[in-house]
Amino acid sequence: MLKDKRYLVLEDGTVYEGYQFGGKADRAGELVFNTSMFGFQEMITDSAYANQIVTFSYPLVGNTGFNSEDSETMKPTIAGIVVREAALLPSNFRTNETLHDYLERHNIPGISGIDTRSIVRKIRDGGTLRAVLSDSDDVDAVIETLKSTDETVHSVRDVSTSSPYISTGVGSRVVLIDLGKQESLVRSLNSAGCEVTVVPHDTPTYDILRMKPDGVIISSGPGSPEDIPSIVDNVRTIAEQVPVFGVGLGHQAIALAFGAKIEALPFGHRGSNIPVRNIERKTVEITSQNHGFAVSRESLEQTDLVITHEAINDDSVEGIRHKSLPIMSVQYYPGAIDGPDDSSYILEEFINRMNKENNHA
Amino acid sequence: MPKRTDIKSILVIGSGPIIIGQAAEFDYAGTQACLSLREEGYRVILVNSNPATIMTDKEIADVVYIEPLTPDFIARIIRKEQPDALLPTLGGQVGLNMAVELDRLGVLEENNVELLGTKLDSIKQAEDRDLFRNLMNDMNIPVPESDIITTLEGAYRFKEQVGYPFIVRPAYTMGGTGGGICYNDDDLKEIVTNGLKYSPVNQCLLEKSIAGYKEIEYEVMRDSNDTAIVVCNMENIDPVGIHTGDSNVVAPTQTLTLKETNMLRDVSLSVVRALGIEGGCNVQLALDPHSFNYYIIEVNPRVSRSSALASKATGFPIAKLAAKIAVGMNLDEMKNPVTGTSYASFEPSIDYVVTKVARFPFDKFEKGERKLGTQMKATGEVMAIGRTFEESILKAIRSLEYGVHHLGLPNGDDFTLEQIEKKIKEQSDERLFYIGEALRRGISVDEIHTWTEIDYFFINKFKHIIDIEHELKENVDSIDHLKWAKTYGFSDRVIGHRWGKDTDEIYQMRKDHGIFPVYKMVDTCAAEFSSDTPYFYGTYEKENEAVASDREKILVLGSGPIRIGQGVEFDYATVHAVFAIQEAGYEAIVVNNNPETVSTDFTISDKLYFEPLTEEDVMNIIENEKPMGVVVQFGGQTAINLAEKLERHGVKILGTTLDDLDRAEDRKRFEALLREIDVPQPLGKTATNAAEAVENAEAIGYPVLVRPSYVLGGRAMEIVHSKAELENYMTQAVKASPEHPVLIDRYLMGKEIEIDAICDGENVIIPGIMEHIERAGVHSGDSMAVYPPITLTESEIETLVAYTEKLALGLNTVGLINIQYVLSDGEVYVLEVNPRSSRTVPFLSKITDIPMARLAMKGILGQKFTDLDYELGLQKVQDGHYVKAPVFSFNKLKNVDITLGPEMKSTGEVMGKDSSLNKALYKALVASGLEVKDNGTALFTVADKDKKEATELAQRLSKIGYRIMATSGTADVLSEAGISVVKVEKIDAVENSLLDMINNGKVQIVINTMTKGKTVERDGFRIRRESVYNGIPCLTSLDTARTLIEVIESMTFSMDRM
Repeated sequence: MLKDKRYLVLEDGTVYEGYQFGGKADRAGELVFNTSMFGFQEMITDSAYANQIVTFSYPLVGNTGFNSEDSETMKPTIAGIVVREAALLPSNFRTNETLHDYLERHNIPGISGIDTRSIVRKIRDGGTLRAVLSDSDDVDAVIETLKSTDETVHSVRDVSTSSPYISTGVGSRVVLIDLGKQESLVRSLNSAGCEVTVVPHDTPTYDILRMKPDGVIISSGPGSPEDIPSIVDNVRTIAEQVPVFGVGLGHQAIALAFGAKIEALPFGHRGSNIPVRNIERKTVEITSQNHGFAVSRESLEQTDLVITHEAINDDSVEGIRHKSLPIMSVQYYPGAIDGPDDSSYILEEFINRMNKENNHA
Repeated sequence: MPKRTDIKSILVIGSGPIIIGQAAEFDYAGTQACLSLREEGYRVILVNSNPATIMTDKEIADVVYIEPLTPDFIARIIRKEQPDALLPTLGGQVGLNMAVELDRLGVLEENNVELLGTKLDSIKQAEDRDLFRNLMNDMNIPVPESDIITTLEGAYRFKEQVGYPFIVRPAYTMGGTGGGICYNDDDLKEIVTNGLKYSPVNQCLLEKSIAGYKEIEYEVMRDSNDTAIVVCNMENIDPVGIHTGDSNVVAPTQTLTLKETNMLRDVSLSVVRALGIEGGCNVQLALDPHSFNYYIIEVNPRVSRSSALASKATGFPIAKLAAKIAVGMNLDEMKNPVTGTSYASFEPSIDYVVTKVARFPFDKFEKGERKLGTQMKATGEVMAIGRTFEESILKAIRSLEYGVHHLGLPNGDDFTLEQIEKKIKEQSDERLFYIGEALRRGISVDEIHTWTEIDYFFINKFKHIIDIEHELKENVDSIDHLKWAKTYGFSDRVIGHRWGKDTDEIYQMRKDHGIFPVYKMVDTCAAEFSSDTPYFYGTYEKENEAVASDREKILVLGSGPIRIGQGVEFDYATVHAVFAIQEAGYEAIVVNNNPETVSTDFTISDKLYFEPLTEEDVMNIIENEKPMGVVVQFGGQTAINLAEKLERHGVKILGTTLDDLDRAEDRKRFEALLREIDVPQPLGKTATNAAEAVENAEAIGYPVLVRPSYVLGGRAMEIVHSKAELENYMTQAVKASPEHPVLIDRYLMGKEIEIDAICDGENVIIPGIMEHIERAGVHSGDSMAVYPPITLTESEIETLVAYTEKLALGLNTVGLINIQYVLSDGEVYVLEVNPRSSRTVPFLSKITDIPMARLAMKGILGQKFTDLDYELGLQKVQDGHYVKAPVFSFNKLKNVDITLGPEMKSTGEVMGKDSSLNKALYKALVASGLEVKDNGTALFTVADKDKKEATELAQRLSKIGYRIMATSGTADVLSEAGISVVKVEKIDAVENSLLDMINNGKVQIVINTMTKGKTVERDGFRIRRESVYNGIPCLTSLDTARTLIEVIESMTFSMDRM
């Protein structure tokens, strides 16, 4: 019943006492939260959370365990998870591993028994902070270690594929620049018939264009586009040749490439319930998001980019396109083609555009 | 789009009386909707027949009509008021059916009334099984194999194709009335025949049973711009097969992966889009636990019980926003009223687990069939919020006030394992508790799953609760274990039980170690945005968000789940008390656990604690808030029962003191009071065992009225005519003891009078006097009550007023007091005094325009009535006549005897008002669902003692053109009196039996008083039940019959020979 203790220590000295589960290693990272009530397997395996410790506000995590189909990556890079309760006995017909077993296998520490809502409130009011998961109750030492560790993380480098590979299809050829992609994006493109070539984040433009893609997608990923200047430099060149689509971090990279700026949001968007307005269609879609930075609205005025999507709550920029070049991008997860999401039309539009530009179809 | 300016006035139709399947949730939804429309500047015209509602208060709508909800009456209102529009989707199935009817009759077109919200075609497409199925087929959304039938033969054909089991769902009925699952030919005949009868269009959907699938619900909203959001999804712990209203439900879904969630979300949204819903909608789905196969079960294109639950579960006010959508506003332009910062299109995200558990009436109806199925049987429900599933469900269980406090039964050890297995397998209303018992005895999780098909997730959680019990037992006095158990929702009582300690000792241990709950906010967004919703729940964690203000505050205890004897009336009073507290400048804090009610709308009070109403849970809140006092007299017996326990902890009970409450309840002290103030009561004694009871009854003289002390709604109260009956009662019905004696009173056959008064400790205001139609012996809640009284003389009224004042002052009443009198042989006797809010408070408040609960609260807060603008004593009689009529839900409850008696059986009430008594009676009868026909056939089967009286009634009916039918004994008496009577055969006759007459629709009224004697009782019972199944009014009190006859007489012509 009463399990071994584990501590979540924040850089400001706050200590949360909870119970161990998952991997055993002490891990440090930026402490963030997500308010989704479903999809914990997808979130835990989302590379956009690389090196972050994620607090789930929903208290019961792992009720459906892990299955062999829904992970967004084979190599999870999340630093740790903080939950109220980690399910010991999951139940779903596809379950083949418990949350604990999965995390233990990947050596990712978890802590349970935590008042996660209090952490959400803390982050909401004071911003994200660095934190460490530790099994030692010597708090001072833990904080000392946290402060002395290297702040700079190269998350994209950690999560991007190290060599190109092809996920075959018979239709349009898409090159996916992997900044920390979600497997579901590849699956979705494949299911729409696309042949997807996943390339490392630092693949030279020349190499990409030599693959004669019908379109290029810049994936989502962790961190800030300022950490990946090479992509920012290359987007323009690629876009002059083929249609380009950006997601999340990729969207920010496109904005930067065309002269816009990135700014911090007062409250990050981290949930699966965020309404976004499609300005042209005058419709509202409910989206899944995970970002603390957004493209600055003012900075777009000087560029050739126009806003296509905006967040209803805070008017922040959620999608852009280029006035003349075939470039579009969204800040959030566009969802599967023909999928359940309100936003599934977005990828469909991109594929149609590729087909049109290249006379496929 | 901004709101529409081309419409100015809107008619809102309420849902009428509380019945099973349609409870207080529509008062909550309707109130919200009316206020929401007024907020936008529309003139709101409201019609509802239920006076016991907040929505029929004059503050809620611009114009309020309390009239029967029939197309005829609503059409009159439409012609008179000429509203521009009608909003039909907020008054439950009743409101919706009215709109459909008014449209069909051309009333809407004739008066240029536009239907707002979801269009009528969409409503039809969602509600008509055939149209809906076609739409689903077009959209490639799977629906279970099904067929629409209008005849029994059609059902047999369906069975040939699909086989058993299959489900019967009658079209256009609420709460699954008349439906069921057929496993064999007998079921088919019975259920299909009933279903066809109950459907207003004589149509049933037969559907392949998908029992065992997970039942999932989506509460969604859509606006006219096609923005659609999911407000909440919910998972029924019980698999498909038990009506969702009876199921234990958890929000959000627990056993679905994102893939399944998205799949069902997509289906739900595409369906509401295809239907063109504008407002709220409930989508019910069935999901195979072993694959991605799913079916859509049904769609409710309106605000519903589930949407009220979803609103309370998330904080998101569905009805309020649905009303705004109906007038053209869009989700992305309306602010979420909870956060005030985010927009309404932001889908709620919750960071806790919500559990709903249904409250059944089987504590009242012990003989009722407890097996659950597709027909809803619960009268109410409780909701609980926790941060673990275990905490959530255990809090819900102890909110039920059902004699259970935990996952098990207090007498769980009395059952054999076979009995337990049977109860679980037959899906009785108590299955959850039996599952606890089974696990406690070591039955495996697998076995329970085989018996119930409940998902392993939930059974493992139940098992976890039992495991914690065992660990507690092995670690007595361990503070770590105490804390651990608290995080899983264990009450002090249960922990104490495992540790051989009493509740107080555990409370003290917690106090010594600072183990108290913290309170978390319900904010629709899982704390993502800062918000200041004053809506909290308790849990054992770190950070407390419910910081007590420095204002003086008063805690108001609500009345818990709706049940027979404690209905929406008490919520009405609670809400008014809150208003009065706020007006007086205090902070009003509400504690309640019923998600259906207005009082649990967090905008009503300054702070809402959604918590169980138990000593422990309320004390924890008191520790956190430190209020100056607690008000218990508005929350029915629930709150009253807590008073003593709270006072023991030093909590101040405001208003009438506990000691004076006890003086009204305690027999000996009450007698002493009556002697002192010189008010007579029927001769009575108490008994603590059977022998004493017999002795006392003989001294008093039969018949006697017997009942246990301290009860609610006349539970276990009976009129006993002989020693044998009394002995039977003492051994079967009650457990008498020195602490809980049985009261034995002389039964006076007389007129019953009811008075509610308000007292500030010195001054008494009597808003009015009500006379009951049914003689004493019928529970006041089941009687028709008339204001002003019909037959009282001046001097009787004077006596009643004098007694009322003496009683109110004699009991040092501060607040409300309800008194029942009997008038026998010209003498007034007091029957019962309850110094607290009563069922008739809203009825009288509406008639007299005296806000009784508010006034009472003012008195409690120290204001003197002499300083207010009210005259003291009996108030001037209002113009017109007002009748309160009870409404029953017998057609939902199998095997329940409908005979009226001292035990309350009604679930709701209606009011009829008009310029003459007969018109008011007519309206009340019609509003209660009785079809008053001016001709037809009346069937008499009455007990010997009633034959004389029945003869007079038959004579009168015959005179106005009714055909009289009777069973042989009764027929002979009627013939002798010169009435032409058709004799029908007894029940067991092969043909022409009286049951045939009832079943074949040859009878329009049944008058039946056969209740005593073995065969007679059984036959009488069958006659009454068959009448109910056939929707034929069955009157078991000759007083009600006489009233009905008077009404018919007043509206028809008499046929006299020359």
